[in-house]
Amino acid sequence: MPRRMMVAEKAEKGSFKKSMKKLFFYCKKYWWWIALSMVFGAIGVTFQIIGPNKIQDLITLVATGLRSGGVDFAAVGKIGIFLVCIYSVGAVLSYFQQFVLTTVTQNLSKKFRRDISQKINRLPLNYFDTNMFGDVLSRVTNDVDRVGQSLNESIGTLFHSVLLFAGVLIMMFVTDWILALTVIAATVIGFAFSLIFMTRAQKYFNQNQRNLGQLNAHIEEVYSGHNVVQLFNAKKEMGDEFDKINKRLFTSGWKSQFISGVMGPIMGFVGNFGYVAVCIVGAVLALHYGGIEYIGIISAFMIYVRLFSNPLSQIAQALTNLQATSAAANRVFDFLEEKELADESGKTLVLDNVKGDVEFDNVVFGYNPNKIIIKGFSAKIRAGEKVAIVGPTGAGKTTLVNLLMRFYEVNSGDIKIDGVSTKDITRDNVHNLFGMVLQDTWLFEGTIKENLRYNTVGVSDEQIVDACKKVGIDHFIQTLSKGYDTVIDDAVNLSAGQKQLLTIARTMIENKPMMILDEATSSVDTRTEVLLQEAMDKVMEGRTSFIIAHRLSTIKNADMILVLKDGDIIESGNHEELLKAGGFYADLYNSQFEEA
Amino acid sequence: MFKLLKNLKPIDYIFMALIVGLVIFQVWLDLTMPTYSENLVNGIMGDIDLNTILINGALMLACAFGSLGSAIAVGFLVANVASRLTYNLRRKVYDKIQNFSLAEINKFSTASLITRTTNDIMNVQFFIAMGLQALIKAPIMAIWTITKIVNVSWQWTTATATVICILVLMVLLIVCLAIPKFKKIQTMMDNINRVTRENLTGIRVVRASNAEEYQNAKFEKQNNEITKTTLFANRVMGIMNPGMNLLMSGLGLAINWIGAYIIKSPLEIGSITKYMSYSMQVIMAFMLLIMIFILMPRVLVSAKRINEVLDTKDSIVPGRYTDENPDGKASVVFENVSFKYPDADEYVLHNISFTANEGETVAFIGSTGSGKSTLINLIPRLYDATEGRVLLDGVDVKDYDFEALNKKIGYVPQRGVLFKGTVKSNVNFGDNNADDEGVKDALSVAQASNFVSRMGNGIDSDIAQGGTNVSGGQKQRISIARAVARNPEIFIFDDSFSALDYKTDRKLRSALKKHTAKTTKFIVAQRIGTIKDADKIIVLDNGNMVGIGTHEELLKTCPVYQEIALSQLSKEEL
Repeated sequence: MPRRMMVAEKAEKGSFKKSMKKLFFYCKKYWWWIALSMVFGAIGVTFQIIGPNKIQDLITLVATGLRSGGVDFAAVGKIGIFLVCIYSVGAVLSYFQQFVLTTVTQNLSKKFRRDISQKINRLPLNYFDTNMFGDVLSRVTNDVDRVGQSLNESIGTLFHSVLLFAGVLIMMFVTDWILALTVIAATVIGFAFSLIFMTRAQKYFNQNQRNLGQLNAHIEEVYSGHNVVQLFNAKKEMGDEFDKINKRLFTSGWKSQFISGVMGPIMGFVGNFGYVAVCIVGAVLALHYGGIEYIGIISAFMIYVRLFSNPLSQIAQALTNLQATSAAANRVFDFLEEKELADESGKTLVLDNVKGDVEFDNVVFGYNPNKIIIKGFSAKIRAGEKVAIVGPTGAGKTTLVNLLMRFYEVNSGDIKIDGVSTKDITRDNVHNLFGMVLQDTWLFEGTIKENLRYNTVGVSDEQIVDACKKVGIDHFIQTLSKGYDTVIDDAVNLSAGQKQLLTIARTMIENKPMMILDEATSSVDTRTEVLLQEAMDKVMEGRTSFIIAHRLSTIKNADMILVLKDGDIIESGNHEELLKAGGFYADLYNSQFEEA
Repeated sequence: MFKLLKNLKPIDYIFMALIVGLVIFQVWLDLTMPTYSENLVNGIMGDIDLNTILINGALMLACAFGSLGSAIAVGFLVANVASRLTYNLRRKVYDKIQNFSLAEINKFSTASLITRTTNDIMNVQFFIAMGLQALIKAPIMAIWTITKIVNVSWQWTTATATVICILVLMVLLIVCLAIPKFKKIQTMMDNINRVTRENLTGIRVVRASNAEEYQNAKFEKQNNEITKTTLFANRVMGIMNPGMNLLMSGLGLAINWIGAYIIKSPLEIGSITKYMSYSMQVIMAFMLLIMIFILMPRVLVSAKRINEVLDTKDSIVPGRYTDENPDGKASVVFENVSFKYPDADEYVLHNISFTANEGETVAFIGSTGSGKSTLINLIPRLYDATEGRVLLDGVDVKDYDFEALNKKIGYVPQRGVLFKGTVKSNVNFGDNNADDEGVKDALSVAQASNFVSRMGNGIDSDIAQGGTNVSGGQKQRISIARAVARNPEIFIFDDSFSALDYKTDRKLRSALKKHTAKTTKFIVAQRIGTIKDADKIIVLDNGNMVGIGTHEELLKTCPVYQEIALSQLSKEEL
């Protein structure tokens, strides 16, 4: 167990270094800005450290003045004005440091987000087969946010604290080495004392975290199994379990709450302890060496003590923050480094004005190379034909469409449009040839008009209305309060059928030479289906079309029916031919009318 | 928030009184310490001996330790009060939710209820722990210190008061400017999320339309907005630190500078250091108050969310009927039942009437949203019928005591639900009390014996939290065994067979038939094959019953059933 932990820790350290390095190069553009902010910060810290030194002079002036009968107010005023200047300029500079740093980290976050978002559109589709959307989403939001936030906080703090720590240390020794040693010793003793607490703290924090996790898990289980718990009269059984965990959580909860609560007072004590030490040792020194100048020194050291003990805990805090940053940054970089779609900028062949001949030539494909789904599929479709693809679930119908659109690349074989291999033209070119209507209707939050026009340029409002009239959704849109400018969101209740009609209208507006309809009517009731069917018939007019459907009434009118089973075409022909052949399709068709 | 504080127990009030006492003691120590440092500094100016130094030093040290000690004691008490309050609160919320019906669960959503029981309560605990202490300490510290320094010198007092005013103004201004922006950033983050989700869910459409740039542009718009707003908020917040440092240093300088003019004797010079300590204390007190002010809104939201749960009225109340079997027959009658969700306008079920006799299998079919699941959920009162009655054994289900009603029902949910424990504890769940043989029998009826025996420890094999160590189909079969082991009068299968393959589905149904012949069964299904041999099939369409009869009858008479059958036959037969 300890060994494994050590290995994990090592890996953690390695990845910490790696991700910090990546992060460093990722913000290359901002190096100069970061450097500038560091310079501001350094000057600010220097001024902050000079302060006590000048206060010391001031007090010495007052003390000697009081002794000799008259304070030199002109000299006091000079120091005062000097300090006012230094403090003000210091404050302005540290604000500038913060300002520049914020600007840099926010621009960095923006770049991260943009890169991730654009990356989504450059990844092959199969990435999304194996990765959850939620995962990608949380990288765009949570992870980037965390990187931005903690960089903003930690880098500034870290730099500032280290400088301050070093500077105060130097100034203390320059001012008085005995008192400097006193402060260091007092701080060390104070920290040692707080360490007694700290080491125990981790144990309780872990325990508390564990109990909290258990409680969460229990609650999640019980709440999501609410019906079962209720109907099996298991409330008491589950409640007892909850009580047990809740009691444990109470114990570990107050302990860890207690420890994190007294952390502040302990740090305060470290400061106080140093303060007391400075007073005593300072007084003794004054006693020995005769004291007026020590008054100033002691006053200066009272400020140094505070400046000295703060940075230490801040450095520790910043380092912990950076650890979290590293984990988040790693997740972001992992995503950004995923393999992208092949670059196609070299392809010059452009296919437009197609007739619509489509040929599948011995196509072999599997999402996973070990599991071939399409095994040598061949078919020739003439321009303007309607092709219906039928077959049981898992036969590879949608896969065929994915290949046609080049969402995936074939393992071997070829798909030709008007005799040109789709491999020889760009993916964008292929996409321009097909209009698609899918089972899952996809609309976004925006006006109906925006949804219909989507990406197509040069579409007039009349054309949009025209398309809607053709698919028969115009009337419904007119009844909405803002007509075509109604924003589609959760508040507007569109039925599945209406949504599908909108996507059909969108496809119609795109006006592409060929059509793909993938189970477009599966999620609607039978009455709506008739409407959709009519709409789709209009879209398919004169276009080579591929239709995947379950309902035989849809399929019957196709010019060619491909019956797919286990990735092979087992039959093809039109409805009459297939019925006559008396094979698989005929069986299927007849079995439905057995009762008639 | 105050409503939640009513959950404090008497012991908490004793603790709070102790806290007040200790805080007073601590403030006194903190205020006494500077006196000794004043003595020391003044002594240096005059004539001081080692003894005086040591005595004063020891006293200072005693003050520092005393202050730490009482701070630790206060921390202990506060942590106790806060933890006990949340412990009780958590229990209360949990119990309340346990008595919720489906309607309330859906109203809040399970995810939200989980956060309310965990995160929101933790927020309250955190606030009480931090805030309680600050709330007690800050006023005491502020007032006491002010009385100490207000008469020392009006110049110093003016300087301190000015700095405090500027400080409070500055913090308030920053907070007022930045906090609304932070809220806005939250919604902008949601927008970023939405646009990205849109792109992901529509990825095929996006690519097919070559709309990558369109999406990128849309994202960039949101991205610019969020960056702009965050920049503003962070830049404003960035003033806080340098500003505070400047004010603190400035005050230090002012006190010294003024001191140069008002101090007339070298023996009073120590009062400068003393005054500096005091003024810092006052500022600290104000900072504490400001901190509470900043933390407050978040915890108020949490408190409100917790109270929403606690204030929810139970929509389903138990009856008092406890008789196990009033008429000896497991019959279920729906009498003109209509249902709509609370707060909804439209009815989900319209005027449903039918009778299921003992031993019959009644199946429900229809498209998604047709109301099948809702309908059978009315029997175990997961919902209550809005109009009409549901009779079980001739008694309205609303008249039954919950436990008595539940005892009659073996319910299998849509998704298999398992709990941490063993296979046995999952089958023998709640008030099921089968012996090992009974558990094994139930598993065998549910077609689960095979995989359970392969799990290593048989029925004593472990089931992980949420049943993550078994597959979906296996979970479903153990859930079915749980219902079987109950030996109920009626079974309710809410689309429970969809996760099973056809063969297991068929075997399971025939085993059920054999094993539980006298039990009335209600089956919601998607697949025609699952319900083909039911005694009665009820066809639902948009909440209306559009057909009732056997498979053969419905194929002839019911158009909706024909549609469904036709759409599936291709799948079935292939």
